[in-house]
Amino acid sequence: MSAGRASAAANPRRSAWRRSEARAGFLLVAPGLAVLVVFFFLPILAALALSFTDFDIYAVGDPSTARVVGLSNYARLLRDPVFWISLKNTFFFVLVGGPLTVGVALGTALLLNAKGVRLPGLFRTVYFAPVVTTVVAVATVWRFLYHPRFGLLNHVLGFVGIPAVDWLGDPRWAMPAIVLMAVWKNYGASMIVFVAGLKAIPESLYEAAVLDGAGAWRRFRAITVPLLAPTFLFVGLTTTIGYFQLFAEPYVMSGGDGGPVNSTLSVALFMYKQGFRWWNMGKAAAIAFVLFAVILAATLVQARLQRGRET
Amino acid sequence: MSRKALRSLLLHAVLVLGALATALPLVWMVSASFMPRGEASSFPPPLLPSRPTLAHYRELFTRLDMGRNAVNSTVLAVAVTFLSLAVNAASGWAYAKLRFPGRGRLFAGLLGTMVIPGQVAMLPLFLLLRSLGLVNSYWGIILPGLASIFGIFLVRQYALTVPDELLDAARIDGASELRIWWSVALPLCRPILVTLAVFTFLGSWNDFMWPLIVLTDGAKYTLPVALAGLAGEHVLDTELMMAGSVVTTLPALLLFLLLQRSYIDGIMLGSVKE
Repeated sequence: MSAGRASAAANPRRSAWRRSEARAGFLLVAPGLAVLVVFFFLPILAALALSFTDFDIYAVGDPSTARVVGLSNYARLLRDPVFWISLKNTFFFVLVGGPLTVGVALGTALLLNAKGVRLPGLFRTVYFAPVVTTVVAVATVWRFLYHPRFGLLNHVLGFVGIPAVDWLGDPRWAMPAIVLMAVWKNYGASMIVFVAGLKAIPESLYEAAVLDGAGAWRRFRAITVPLLAPTFLFVGLTTTIGYFQLFAEPYVMSGGDGGPVNSTLSVALFMYKQGFRWWNMGKAAAIAFVLFAVILAATLVQARLQRGRET
Repeated sequence: MSRKALRSLLLHAVLVLGALATALPLVWMVSASFMPRGEASSFPPPLLPSRPTLAHYRELFTRLDMGRNAVNSTVLAVAVTFLSLAVNAASGWAYAKLRFPGRGRLFAGLLGTMVIPGQVAMLPLFLLLRSLGLVNSYWGIILPGLASIFGIFLVRQYALTVPDELLDAARIDGASELRIWWSVALPLCRPILVTLAVFTFLGSWNDFMWPLIVLTDGAKYTLPVALAGLAGEHVLDTELMMAGSVVTTLPALLLFLLLQRSYIDGIMLGSVKE
């Protein structure tokens, strides 16, 4: 705060400004806060309360029929093999799809950032295009690309002698297929962030390293990696949080049920089926809160790991 | 060939291959949408239509009435974009530039809740809307979308760069704070507001889960919900489904191509740490 401001506090006109500034401040944040409280914060608290009840289809008609059941929704979840399958599928998507997406994004950004690339803007636009497409539409497209007999993917793989795979019909391949599509759809977003991070690294650092005789790999390890660390954390966190909420891709590719034999059932899709198809809202709220806890834990772990690496 | 030229050739070969692999699914979607019925499901899979036809688009807009879904999607996305822009621009400006008690703590609290997945709020939100009679109404989608923590954050980051002297000058001229917000802040923040508008529009246009839950009547469906429903009934009609996918995704793609600079700037700004 400048010295001018401090001395002006005595000025009566200044303090009148201050009051009107505070009034305007409250006035301007009020609509946003009201919306967030009513449509986000209170529902989250309500979801926690809901997860301790047996709110079901009868309670949807008459909420007074819901009873408090304590932690039994959570206890039942832990004994529900389908819940564990959905958790396992979601973790597979996050732990395999996340690093793949970030890796492809970083690789592409490094290539785009290399010296002497022609038409970088054009390449960037093409790589980014899938990001703005509608998940439902591109999942529909990929469903046909994955067709065991008429799909382009098997056709292309056939050229190199790989036998046809029933991508979405085989429980072993359905989730990897969704991962592949997600990498294609999302890597452009992280790539853009990496490009921005790379551009922010001063060229002079690399020039000095060249003078010191550092090779390309050495420069990458000693300059690019540490200076890109904050970007890495941001990309890692947003990708992880987003991927844990996997829903539309398996919904479209499995026709809404998470099949074959639950192999693409994500936690969010399980919550949707429990809550909005069978109206087991108490159980669904418990599922939502477990998902929340998992995301929170993953965020903290990632931030901690990153900090540990920096010090 | 010199080593440098070889390196450049290799680099561009990889870049072009990546571009082809990235573009192929979208190109094939457009191509297959013009194929005569059944052609996409022949072997080997054709890349281009033998006799291009508009029949599937005609069917979409006549028998399947997808034009109506396109109107729904547009109305919703436009409404959410403009209304939320006003709310987020007001909040973002105030958190950046107006001093009021509790501002820091309030904003930090908002940022902290950014990790909460929206899916957690959905069950009670649905019950709330139901008790208000807003299930299967556009308000059920617009109201929860009126404010976004990310949008507030984005505006605030940009507003922080506005010099205080500018505001003090306006204050000395006797302008009220609201007046300053309207006629100084909003014009100055225009670039980020355009960015946020593109973000919000695309987010609303592409959104699936919440509209799927709130809208129960086919005539009110947005394009993604209608397309997902179509996929259930016409699963074997590849060319028709591709035409539907084109109709759903093309407006978003065109908007991006038109305004890609501000969209990409926004992603970069959103990722810059304080």
